Amino acid sequence: MANLLPAEFSDLEPFVADWCLDSEPERYAKRLSSTMGEIQAFYDAIMPRAEDAMVYLDRFPLDALPEDAVRLLKLLYSLILMSFAVEVWKQPYIPDTGTAQFELKIEPFP
Amino acid sequence: MTENLKIPKQAARQYPKPPEGSWTEHYPELDTEPVSYENSISPEFFELEREAVFKRAWLNVGRVEQLKRKGSYFTKDIPGLKTSLIVVRGKDDKVRAFHNVCRHRGNKLVWTDYPAEEVSGTCRQFACKYHGWTYDLEGTLTFILQEGEFFGIDKSKYGLVQVHCDVWKGFIFVNFAAEPEQSLHDFLGPMITAIDYPFEKLTQRYYYRGDINSNWKIFHDAFQEFYHPPILHGHQNPVMRQTDYQDLGFYTSYFQAEGPHRVGSTSGGAGGKLVPEFYNPIEQVMRSGLFGPWDPSEIVTDQLPPGLNPGNKKNWGLDSFQIFPNFAIVFWETGWYLTYHYWPVTHNRLLFEANAYFTPPRNVRERLAQQLGIATIKEYALEDCGTLEATQMGLESRVVTQFPLGDQEFMCRHANKVINTWVADYQQKQAKG
Repeated sequence: MANLLPAEFSDLEPFVADWCLDSEPERYAKRLSSTMGEIQAFYDAIMPRAEDAMVYLDRFPLDALPEDAVRLLKLLYSLILMSFAVEVWKQPYIPDTGTAQFELKIEPFP
Repeated sequence: MTENLKIPKQAARQYPKPPEGSWTEHYPELDTEPVSYENSISPEFFELEREAVFKRAWLNVGRVEQLKRKGSYFTKDIPGLKTSLIVVRGKDDKVRAFHNVCRHRGNKLVWTDYPAEEVSGTCRQFACKYHGWTYDLEGTLTFILQEGEFFGIDKSKYGLVQVHCDVWKGFIFVNFAAEPEQSLHDFLGPMITAIDYPFEKLTQRYYYRGDINSNWKIFHDAFQEFYHPPILHGHQNPVMRQTDYQDLGFYTSYFQAEGPHRVGSTSGGAGGKLVPEFYNPIEQVMRSGLFGPWDPSEIVTDQLPPGLNPGNKKNWGLDSFQIFPNFAIVFWETGWYLTYHYWPVTHNRLLFEANAYFTPPRNVRERLAQQLGIATIKEYALEDCGTLEATQMGLESRVVTQFPLGDQEFMCRHANKVINTWVADYQQKQAKG
């Protein structure tokens, strides 16, 4: 079976099942349904590798990313959304937002 | 984080005001008295507003890039008018808009799976799901099943109901009036039509929408003043989190109103030009944030596109153009733009849409910078959404009926004035018959 992630990032493969998500609403739902412990563990694993991952991914044309590279990119999309919970709010929810919802309905791929 | 960081001086900088002493007093049609928001809590006013504003003003419903080829269409629901439109590029390449209603028995003509959801696609004709009546791309009725069973029916009298439709710089506008009082060009006026921006090059689109329990104008007001961000959004940023309220005041560098439209310009914050402590770690890694990607897109040159930075201010960072009644375009210094649409649903509910447009990313790094920019929009917008539902509740209590607005809230005051003027004008015309 092919590797889930490029070889240099194989140590991040345990995160693929939960954190490779296809859309912003799925990523935001994942943030709200995760504990800060889970989000922090994901952030702590991916954030120090983000620069290396971008260097790796920039070897490919954006419209011709291999499947394992697309998974790595999706981890970075999740990192972006989880970073606010870690760096800004110290909790998954944005404070004082109640039941308000605001979802990304059109998101280019990749 | 470093202790006792101070907000960089340029952020709290004051700018010269017009000779009258304030932006507000520069416009004789405005006063400086407290304002009423009865127009945002009254169901009766909303009924008037639908007729006086949303059936008379030109309304933006999308961009021509959504209609790539002949036969491309999208449906656009206008919830406050309880109608849906089909916007379509005809065989002659002309963009037209029709009410999305079959002339036979009134079925919504174009939809898929969920009648209340918008759809888009490409087709040769529109066939009704109910009895198969069929219309061409120009709205003409072309087919009636078992036509002989009908009674002297003339197909030419049963075309789709057309809505006035015109295009400015790729933005598709409609007008629900039987005969619009102004052309689109005249309606937009010189301040807006002076804008000559390469919109057609920014085809990478991200689209947000939210259903929010607030009047559309109350919500819009939060997006046409820069007085609230240091407070409501003050926790988003490491420096702001540590700064005392009294250090936070933010000043808009330029305001202008023309006809029913207005613009506010502010200094910039993009490009990572502030002290590093001003940015969250993810922003420093991906070189992006609230002001969008830090690195200028390929459209940025030494010369700003015509019509932008109308006050010709140094340190220009963004223009926020408010196009009456419910449309805004925000231009950012690093070469991307945002649009907002505030669609009333009822007197205390709105559909809020935000579209971000960039040049197509050339690599993963540019794609991620866009993604962080649009993710940041949501973190801020949801703070507005929550708070403006609370504002609506406070207003609906009617405990307080007069509200003081400062000069930094010039655009809110102007917007409130224009709405009341349009409604009064409509009532006068109705009274005269």
